[in-house]
Amino acid sequence: MRDALVSNVLVPFVQIVVMVSVLMLGVAYLVLLERKIIAYMQVRLGPRRVGPHGLLQPIADILKLLLKEDIMPSRVDRLVFFVAPIILLIPALIAFAVIPFSGDSFSVFGVEITPWVTDVNVGLLYLLAIGSLGVYGIVMAGWASNSKYPLLGALRSAAQMISYEVPLGLSVISVLMLAGSASMVEIVRQQGEQGVWFAFWWPYPQFVGLFLFFVAAVAETNRAPFDLPEAETELVAGFHTEYSGMKFAFFFLAEYMNMILAACVVTILFLGGWLPITFGLLPREPLSTFLLGPALTGFMWFFIKVFLVLFVYLWIRATFPRYRYDQLMRLSWKWFIPMALIHVMVTAVVILLKG
Amino acid sequence: MFGPSEMEINLGPQHPSTHGVLRLKLKLDGERIVHTDPVIGYLHRGCEKLGEDRTYLQTMVYTDRMDYVAAFSENLVYIEAVEKLLGVEAPPRAQYMRVVLAELQRIASHLLWLATHALDIGAMTVFLYTFREREMILDLFEAYCGARLTLSAVRPGGMYQDFPEGFADETRRFCDILPERLDDYHQLLTTNRIWRERTQGVGVIAGDVALDYGVTGPCLRGSGVDYDIRKAIPYSVYPELEFDVPLGSTGDTYDRYLCRMEEMRQSRRIVLQALDQMPDGPIQTKVPKRIKPPKGEVYHVNEGPRGELGVYLISDGTESAYRCRFRSPCFVNLQALPEMAQGHLVADIIALIGTLDIVLGCIDR
Repeated sequence: MRDALVSNVLVPFVQIVVMVSVLMLGVAYLVLLERKIIAYMQVRLGPRRVGPHGLLQPIADILKLLLKEDIMPSRVDRLVFFVAPIILLIPALIAFAVIPFSGDSFSVFGVEITPWVTDVNVGLLYLLAIGSLGVYGIVMAGWASNSKYPLLGALRSAAQMISYEVPLGLSVISVLMLAGSASMVEIVRQQGEQGVWFAFWWPYPQFVGLFLFFVAAVAETNRAPFDLPEAETELVAGFHTEYSGMKFAFFFLAEYMNMILAACVVTILFLGGWLPITFGLLPREPLSTFLLGPALTGFMWFFIKVFLVLFVYLWIRATFPRYRYDQLMRLSWKWFIPMALIHVMVTAVVILLKG
Repeated sequence: MFGPSEMEINLGPQHPSTHGVLRLKLKLDGERIVHTDPVIGYLHRGCEKLGEDRTYLQTMVYTDRMDYVAAFSENLVYIEAVEKLLGVEAPPRAQYMRVVLAELQRIASHLLWLATHALDIGAMTVFLYTFREREMILDLFEAYCGARLTLSAVRPGGMYQDFPEGFADETRRFCDILPERLDDYHQLLTTNRIWRERTQGVGVIAGDVALDYGVTGPCLRGSGVDYDIRKAIPYSVYPELEFDVPLGSTGDTYDRYLCRMEEMRQSRRIVLQALDQMPDGPIQTKVPKRIKPPKGEVYHVNEGPRGELGVYLISDGTESAYRCRFRSPCFVNLQALPEMAQGHLVADIIALIGTLDIVLGCIDR
């Protein structure tokens, strides 16, 4: 009885609390990282005032948002206006339940703890399903604001998210075929067993899939160059124009949470999750495994890869201008979806021939 | 009035990308623009009326508050008009100094245009890069007269003072750096597919239509009309300097962009030539302390960074003008906006405001 209680209630609870708090902190520092990286790309220094090199800036930002007056504009639909940010944030959070951060379990006080909250055998499907819920929050926010700019932003985002859901879904099919499983843990394990990350799978490297998934994920998370729903120079702030204080912070959190999530999923599906970066040259069990132990090593590699993917995210933002609404649609329907379909077929044929 | 599917939206006057306090009343069908109605006047300060109230020299400091992005060009055209009234001419050295400053001002103004235009379309990095170069020009201005934006360094019949020591070398150094930086921008924007898609075919205006609206400057030349006042109605020492006038062909935002980019190179050429050819000598002719032009009227035009800058002055023989009127290129160019925006999307109107390169201080005066 006591063991069941510990392993079924206490452990998941602790896992969730730790994960959520680490993520929140991660988001805060991702914002700082974004500001710093983009600043250095743009020949300036970024935040420097709060703490050494601006390291405490995120804390100050959070405090500011927490202490701000919560404004409810007079003409809004109160209930929907209140619920929308929550609806956007919750899917972004619960999607992390199936993300394996490392490969090996570790034990604390004699209790076995897995580095993932749960390992569902339809993990990938669950991610896609949960991921597509977020758009409701945006549409509701735009609608409930009862204002024109948010409405335009919400409409844009609804169309955009639905359009990019398709190539996003199609581009993971080949990974499913390669791994033979939809469980996130199993997908990474398969990459370990086959000895190659799916991005470099031989004889048909999944670069097309990686590219499509990454671009679609950027579009799904409303980041530059697909940040039309909140295009600052066009729609003021898009769907969250009327929001302030903590409610705005929820939108902000959700956006960066989704960014981290997308980076995690890219890492797991194509870049071998927690597997070490060896380039096929280094021994498969590098020195760090003996120094840190297998679980921590996994965490480390996973973190490094996610960081690199996020860096590309920020890099793109500093480089590219913004797409226009109709061009965005054309890109998805005329280029990405046919590309994804062809990619799936080619992968299937190659798998068949390889046997 | 308008159909059930149409929505009226107010863009500005408090909007991040209307470059000041421009207000646009847009009628939208979805995101498509059905009708554009620019509303101006939020920055009206009565510069023209003040010009009839103050002395000629006092009025000069109002001119650089009009087009604050290219203050020197406004100063210059006003002072040249006053010189025409007075019947005096600045000595050659002063003329060359004016050309150097005016062309540096043109580069600075175009850099700011590029920055904001790119920022509006979403390319944030270009904004900060161009400000780095603009800063160098502003530093040069500061070294010359102490002011960075509102120079007010021209005087009827000459200049306020000679270039300080090392000014020419610093300017040449800047001219050495500029081309490679311009190549960087071309790399960031011209070769970028998204940028081309956002600008090509957007806001097309044919040459004759542009002429009908009275559009001047790079906006007109982007449509392929060869009209540059520096060549068409030469003033100052421009006939002695060699430069090309870049022309576009289709008259879309992309052509206007390329025109301005090339103009910066040409301005650099002019600056270098002017520095080389600059003679020694006085910088000020003899002009009475109290400027009282004889009765008469004058209209004088210059090629400003945004187009034809004009000043119309009537003198009644007193210390201040009887009538003072400025022809603002921004004001005239803005007229073409509804024509250009017809049938485009909301995102394009932002690109169009950027491509017209308007300064509200110049429009509202």
